[in-house]
Amino acid sequence: MPDLTDMAAKNLKIAILSGKGGTGKTLLSVNLASAAIDSVYVDCDVEEPNGHLFFKPKWNIETEISVKIPQVDPHKCDGCKRCVEFCKFNALAYINGKLKIFDDVCHSCGGCQIICPQRAITEKDRAVGTLSIGDSEGVHVLSGMMKTGIALGIPVINELLSQCGSFEDERPIFIDCPPGSSCIVMESIKDADYCLLAAEPTMFGKHDLEMVWSLVELFKKRHSVVINKCVDQSDPTEEFCNENGIKILEKIPFDVELGTLNSNGRIAARESKKYRDLFSSLLEKIYREVSHEAAVDSER
Amino acid sequence: MKIAIPADDKNIDSTVCQSFGRTPYFLIYDIDTEIADFIDNSAASSQGGAGIKAAQAIVDSKVSAILTPRCGQNAAEVLTAAGILIYKTESSSIKESIAAFKEKRLDQLQEIHAGSHGHGG
Repeated sequence: MPDLTDMAAKNLKIAILSGKGGTGKTLLSVNLASAAIDSVYVDCDVEEPNGHLFFKPKWNIETEISVKIPQVDPHKCDGCKRCVEFCKFNALAYINGKLKIFDDVCHSCGGCQIICPQRAITEKDRAVGTLSIGDSEGVHVLSGMMKTGIALGIPVINELLSQCGSFEDERPIFIDCPPGSSCIVMESIKDADYCLLAAEPTMFGKHDLEMVWSLVELFKKRHSVVINKCVDQSDPTEEFCNENGIKILEKIPFDVELGTLNSNGRIAARESKKYRDLFSSLLEKIYREVSHEAAVDSER
Repeated sequence: MKIAIPADDKNIDSTVCQSFGRTPYFLIYDIDTEIADFIDNSAASSQGGAGIKAAQAIVDSKVSAILTPRCGQNAAEVLTAAGILIYKTESSSIKESIAAFKEKRLDQLQEIHAGSHGHGG
């Protein structure tokens, strides 16, 4: 097998995503990051991060993430409602001579502060989550966790992704995305060089794959599919990929041993040669796809 | 006394809209003069926070009560802060809802739904 460390493009960002939870995003992410050894694993599933349960890292850094939200000085506010009319997200209301601010609806654009003729609006910090950075056998582990009750994960994901390229040594970055195809997923794949779509060989799996596939197509992201939990029967997901010319990079069999290791919070690629080889081989295929496509791109 | 009702159409014979924040129109109805006035709900096309914006328009129209089948948390907060009472409609007919309100047959809306805030953006 070729040396994967040499093949890895520097700071290559690989996003692993899927239409629904439970298809194997985290399985793929933690095992690929472990197979790559000197890598970065970023858990962008900030609503329910679970990558750290596998890596069990020693956290070296834990910091609070906050956003700016407006606060009003009621003595300065003269009720002109310019801020209320300006806010595209309708985070402000003016009732009975008082400005009411909906913190959860605010997207921290700062516009209300700028537009206020009375300069009655200032900004304050609002804690939205925490960022933890640790190490696990050579893998830098970054994990974001939203604070309970916070509605939007985007600021936490932004902070995670801005931190993941900050390591001095250049290494591949594996981004474990939230499930689905909503804003938080878009934010997670925004800067990715390559997208790996985890899918299941079922009708539901096909449906959910179609959603994320539409998303990566829309974002013009290079991508391929890994079908997880494959059994020996007809597979609508595979048919869908073939019909649409989507490359299937790997088919991981439905495997009790792999399932058991994973459900016990163990990283299969670290536990046995069989799985180390499986994920190293998948990683090699990803690197080949990236370098091949890069070559195709440069010819265009 | 004026009341507001989310309306599917600009017509007193129309039906009560199932959504408060994203209703196309509001009927502003004066109980005493029986004058019906329809306003466009500019919040209907909002990316987010439609309930807040719609509630602000209702507050600004100086009604005392709103008759609606459903209401989200943020909208309810705005309406309540302005002292506007929220009544639950039982019929899909606007006329019938007004009649029920006049005869004090409507209960105040108890279940305020959490809304779908945050998922859009």
